[in-house]
Amino acid sequence: MADQAPLICRDIHKTFGKLEVLKGVSLETRKGDVVSLIGSSGSGKSTFLRCINLLETPTSGDIIVHGDPIRFTTNRKGDRVPADNKQVEQIRSKLSMVFQSFNLWSHMTVLENIIEAPVNVLKVAKKEAIERAEAYLQKVGIYERKDYYPAQMSGGQQQRAAIARALAMEPEVMLFDEPTSALDPELVGEVLRVMHSLAEEGRTMIVVTHEMAFARDVSTQVLFLHQGVIEEQGSPQKVFDNPDSERMKQFLAPKF
Amino acid sequence: MLDLKGYGPELLDGAVVTIELAFLSLALALTLGLIGASSKLSGNRLAKAIATFYTTVVRGIPDLVMMLLFYYGGQVTVNMLSDWIWEAYEIDFFFQFDPFISGVVTIGLIFGAYMTETFRGAFLAVETGQIEAARAYGFTRWHTFRRVMFPQMLRHALPGIGNNWQVLLKTTALVSIIGLTDMVRVAEEAAKAERMPFHFFIPVAAVYLILTAGSELFIKWLNKRANVGVVQGS
Repeated sequence: MADQAPLICRDIHKTFGKLEVLKGVSLETRKGDVVSLIGSSGSGKSTFLRCINLLETPTSGDIIVHGDPIRFTTNRKGDRVPADNKQVEQIRSKLSMVFQSFNLWSHMTVLENIIEAPVNVLKVAKKEAIERAEAYLQKVGIYERKDYYPAQMSGGQQQRAAIARALAMEPEVMLFDEPTSALDPELVGEVLRVMHSLAEEGRTMIVVTHEMAFARDVSTQVLFLHQGVIEEQGSPQKVFDNPDSERMKQFLAPKF
Repeated sequence: MLDLKGYGPELLDGAVVTIELAFLSLALALTLGLIGASSKLSGNRLAKAIATFYTTVVRGIPDLVMMLLFYYGGQVTVNMLSDWIWEAYEIDFFFQFDPFISGVVTIGLIFGAYMTETFRGAFLAVETGQIEAARAYGFTRWHTFRRVMFPQMLRHALPGIGNNWQVLLKTTALVSIIGLTDMVRVAEEAAKAERMPFHFFIPVAAVYLILTAGSELFIKWLNKRANVGVVQGS
């Protein structure tokens, strides 16, 4: 059981109205994998990430989290929906997400943000949750900001707080949805450094990113998505240095 | 000292009626507002239609007409129903419509419609990312509502609630026409009997002003509490 894949996605399709955004995307992770999802805007990489924790329901395909396949059913309108909300909530608590626009709860302090889900979803004792939160705040380097409200901090600090919130769930897999895209250029580095250290610790991460240097240096697996399909997949060396796909070559080509 | 010509205790009782009426109507209006807003925002078409009918009708009819319709119309309906039930089943159903309860129900219904719109707008103003984060961390629907939606909605709703409350408080003066002895009715009788309108109406006006100004301070304080964590624009 120890070596069970933290996350397997098989043949994920997602259609919005008539638009097919994902046309069969599969992914298998091992513990400690850092998977980078790259591709241009509209390639479906964020939609794929959002299908993993069911913020979007895949139109077809399987998602298996640590051996537990998510069960689906069909509602009265004929749409595919998760069969068991309890299962969805339980699975989400194992896959914590870091958002592009941070999405820290603005009416709570940093510390309150971090202990909210451990206390109320995982039912960790409050005292223990606070100790855990403080340790993670130390780790991301904003311990001294623990009683601040999100709006009182810079974007980089907010994103690091959001990473601490994700860590406090002690998740199977961390999902990052373009975590540095909303940041001023000079604040990108502080967030990438934190993510770098998490990868080194052997945390399983799936990262949608435009930071090619990060994808190249940190990933164990890179997926290049184009128009809803995986165009190129493999180790960063293969994908970046020796791609088969024309699209990937174009994507990497200098733009000016 | 102000000489109220012996009407002091009556006026005081009237003021108590006004305040009780206002608070009970407020409680009803807030409840109806939350239900109305939830219905309007729900996916259920029937609930949406009922809520839309409610706000359209209630906001489109003058308060005074609603009050008269509800009180006199309500009594006539009860009379008719009780006659019919008596003839059919020989059960005594008759009761007298209580003006206080009619007042609370009418004012609650009217302001419930305004509160519905206030709450609806406030719910829509909550950023989707805030709710998405709650879902992504495995919150149940109820937990999401209680810990994220509701407190954030309140920030947007409080100014509107404060506004509605002030108008509601003043609308309670209408109950004197359905025979309820509130502060206004006592003052009117006293002013007529003593031929001293200023003497009685100015203190009444002052009481309303104190209540509305006091609530304004209270709402300001609530607003400050609800907006903790929001950086105010300069």
